[in-house]
Amino acid sequence: MAIYDVHVTIENKPGISDPEGDTILNDLVLKGTQKTVSKIKTAKMLKFTIKEKDKKTAQSKVQEICDELRIYNPMVSKVTIDVFDS
Amino acid sequence: MKVGVVVFPGSNCDRDMYHVLSDVFDLDAQYYWHEKGLPKNIDAVVLPGGFSYGDRLRAGVIAAHSPIIKDVQKMAKQGIPILGVCNGFQILVEAGLLPGVLLKNESLNFMCEWTNLIVENNTTPFTNQFKLHDKIPIPIANGEGRYYVDDDTLKELKKKNQIVFRYSEVVNGSTDRIAGVCNEDGNVVGMMPHPERAVESEINPIDNKPSSLIFESLLTKTGVHN
Repeated sequence: MAIYDVHVTIENKPGISDPEGDTILNDLVLKGTQKTVSKIKTAKMLKFTIKEKDKKTAQSKVQEICDELRIYNPMVSKVTIDVFDS
Repeated sequence: MKVGVVVFPGSNCDRDMYHVLSDVFDLDAQYYWHEKGLPKNIDAVVLPGGFSYGDRLRAGVIAAHSPIIKDVQKMAKQGIPILGVCNGFQILVEAGLLPGVLLKNESLNFMCEWTNLIVENNTTPFTNQFKLHDKIPIPIANGEGRYYVDDDTLKELKKKNQIVFRYSEVVNGSTDRIAGVCNEDGNVVGMMPHPERAVESEINPIDNKPSSLIFESLLTKTGVHN
């Protein structure tokens, strides 16, 4: 068994408006000197620490938790799960 | 007639609701803590507004896993009238008892203001005393009140007459100006505005009668009035 850090990023699906990201882009970033940015999306990240036999199991276990407990709402959000050695 | 008011950690409209049910409409209201079950002889259940679990993770999602929700789900299947107001609506949605989701308001602001609702379905236990398209002046108080469904679900809601209330004008960016919906059977209703803050003339500067009909409808449904 090994300990893994699992990062769960929850963000809106394409097509679901993200007014916070739009405001950061339009009213902060594009009002500064940087003009090359075209999109900013906000997201929420949860960092899990989990003990499992391998990376793959750690990933599937966290995915299972996210699905079962509705950590994200599948109607409007998607999750990306990244596993790192602790 | 017994009405259960479910209390979660962070509920803050439970006492207003209890007061309205018992003092204004003379119902036998009881509080039920979310870790306990609901008795079998209950006639209706209300999930009040507030900030259960401080809206952590997402409004309503943690409360939707509370032990009492299993009983609420059972009662929903039995056809018992269930009303979710504001955070109660968010909890019903997260518990899968109502379709859709409630997102942050388009403005990202906490909105606390008077709005007007239009009754779109007058066959539920909470709207049967209204005429279709009646107007209800009523306050909202929420940060995550923007009702969202995708196009396919919206079509289904229309087909099955599940849109109960719409705002009379665009308030927060909700899909199709939806302010309240019901389940397919019509006995579970969720709404973002606060009827318990609008039924008494002392605190309603516009007209308290329309909001009162939400509770009068429940009295009629359960046979207290004819």
